[in-house]
Amino acid sequence: MSNVPTDLRYTRTHEWVRDLKDGTVEIGITDHAQAELGDLVFVEVPEVGRQVGVGEPCAVVESVKAASDVYSPLAGEVTAGNPELATTPELVNQDPFGAGWLMRLKPANAAMLNELMSPAEYESLLQAEGA
Amino acid sequence: MAFIPHTEKDVAEMLAAIGVSNIEELFDEIPSSLRVKSLAGIPPALNEMEIGRLMSARASADGRPLNFIGAGAYEHHIPSAVWAITTRGEFYSAYTPYQAEASQGTLQLLYEYQTMIASLTGMAVSNASLYDGASAVAEACLMAVRANRKSKSQRILIPTTVHPHYRKVATATASNQGLRFEEVPFSATEGRTDLEALAKYDGQDITALVIQQPNFFGVLEDVDALAGWARSRGIFVIACVNPTSLAMLKPPGEWGTTGGADIAVGDGQPLGVPLSSGGPYFGFITTRMEHVRQMPGRIVGRTVDLNGKPGFTLTLQAREQHIRRAKATSNICTNQGLLVTAATIYMSLMGPQGLQRVAAASHARTRELVTELTRIKGVRTPFTTPCFHEAVITLDRPVTNVLKGLESRGILGGLDLTPYYPDLGNALLVCATETKTPEDIKRYANALSETLKMAAAA
Repeated sequence: MSNVPTDLRYTRTHEWVRDLKDGTVEIGITDHAQAELGDLVFVEVPEVGRQVGVGEPCAVVESVKAASDVYSPLAGEVTAGNPELATTPELVNQDPFGAGWLMRLKPANAAMLNELMSPAEYESLLQAEGA
Repeated sequence: MAFIPHTEKDVAEMLAAIGVSNIEELFDEIPSSLRVKSLAGIPPALNEMEIGRLMSARASADGRPLNFIGAGAYEHHIPSAVWAITTRGEFYSAYTPYQAEASQGTLQLLYEYQTMIASLTGMAVSNASLYDGASAVAEACLMAVRANRKSKSQRILIPTTVHPHYRKVATATASNQGLRFEEVPFSATEGRTDLEALAKYDGQDITALVIQQPNFFGVLEDVDALAGWARSRGIFVIACVNPTSLAMLKPPGEWGTTGGADIAVGDGQPLGVPLSSGGPYFGFITTRMEHVRQMPGRIVGRTVDLNGKPGFTLTLQAREQHIRRAKATSNICTNQGLLVTAATIYMSLMGPQGLQRVAAASHARTRELVTELTRIKGVRTPFTTPCFHEAVITLDRPVTNVLKGLESRGILGGLDLTPYYPDLGNALLVCATETKTPEDIKRYANALSETLKMAAAA
């Protein structure tokens, strides 16, 4: 059973969002997503200052099997990409909800955060997908 | 004899299974306006004996002319061993094998090829080859757009000294993907990219600059200045190089003072591939390690098996088309396994010294050729800049008829530049490689002199 922390918001495409309470959010991929991908060998994070739209591919996580897009859960401006991932992509496998974060974003509309899936909704999605 | 593995019965059963009455019906969805009604222009089929006769007749009609045309494909001596080894059954395959790791010999050869090409270009990593030099330039431009993440413009500067066909292929391949190609003029006296013409791009968002060395005129570009200008502005440097020349010239990996080109490409034909009506040849592409994930095509890596024994394997496949479909680094790149095999054997037999002798001899012969030709009244050389193994000469009358006169004397005198560069006047691109002797050069000079005299008298 995948770990689904209760203080985060989620998407159908297995990203999580943490409200940093300073007008920005932190974004990563879930424990379920990292387990499905397997050992990551490369992570490409977005450039600071880039404007992303909802559902826009904003990062690439590459395992030995495949390179997959990560979709931005919210629209906004990128304020940081996790610099550690350039040399240690395995952080996403080891600590997907913590040190393995991908990027930080200043949302264009912070209220949209509440439109994302709750932990309970995400858990039911995982169950429906047979995870 | 048709080689079709399905009997009529197989075909009927398959059509019945999907509820279609004949094969034609499978094409129903193509509008009739787009379909060819008849193949009236195609002559009736010939059998093997008839084809053999026809081809021999065509081949003898070509004769054995003395060739002074380069322009992207070069006549070099190919040691007999090259194709004797290449055509062995173990190597005789057009692509990387589909069950790649079962073919360790092929993978090892490709790995050696990659090592040699990376070493020649002075770059960190090479793929297992591309289709040809022109498509390699196109792939390099697409790759630059992916890899140069600071640039959003997808604008590529491409000097008019880059091979006209390469420019056309790059535009045809990449402009529908949003890339914009902007031509940079050359200096009329130097025949190389005008550095001053780049000044107007200062402060603009440009993704990449393509630099061909030696350029289409055979002239040596000021690569250090061009690469330096581009890299100091965050513009990617795409080098398009002749592999033979790299035995003598500074490799793209060392251009400028800030780590050289970002991507180096070129046509591999000079490395053991015979001239053949435009192909098949092969392209190469190399890059810096930091851009390796954006490089298209296959890469062979060396690894160890479960027992710790060395072996070869395809690597970094995560962005290839069989895994990433529409988002793959390329869906149009192809690997030219057989020609790469020939090139690898050619490079192994020549070694660095052999390749250097080929390059030096080609350069010397071309200089002798230009000296001989420009002694003739009415023949001049428009550019004063050093060249490698090709040069532009101008004539005092239209080139077409002069070339015909030379052809009747068994000489292919060069490429008429008039259709490509009308501003150069009656210009001809000539090339001499190590295959030309001083006597050959004399013969060309005498024939040109006679042809021009006859034209003057007429």
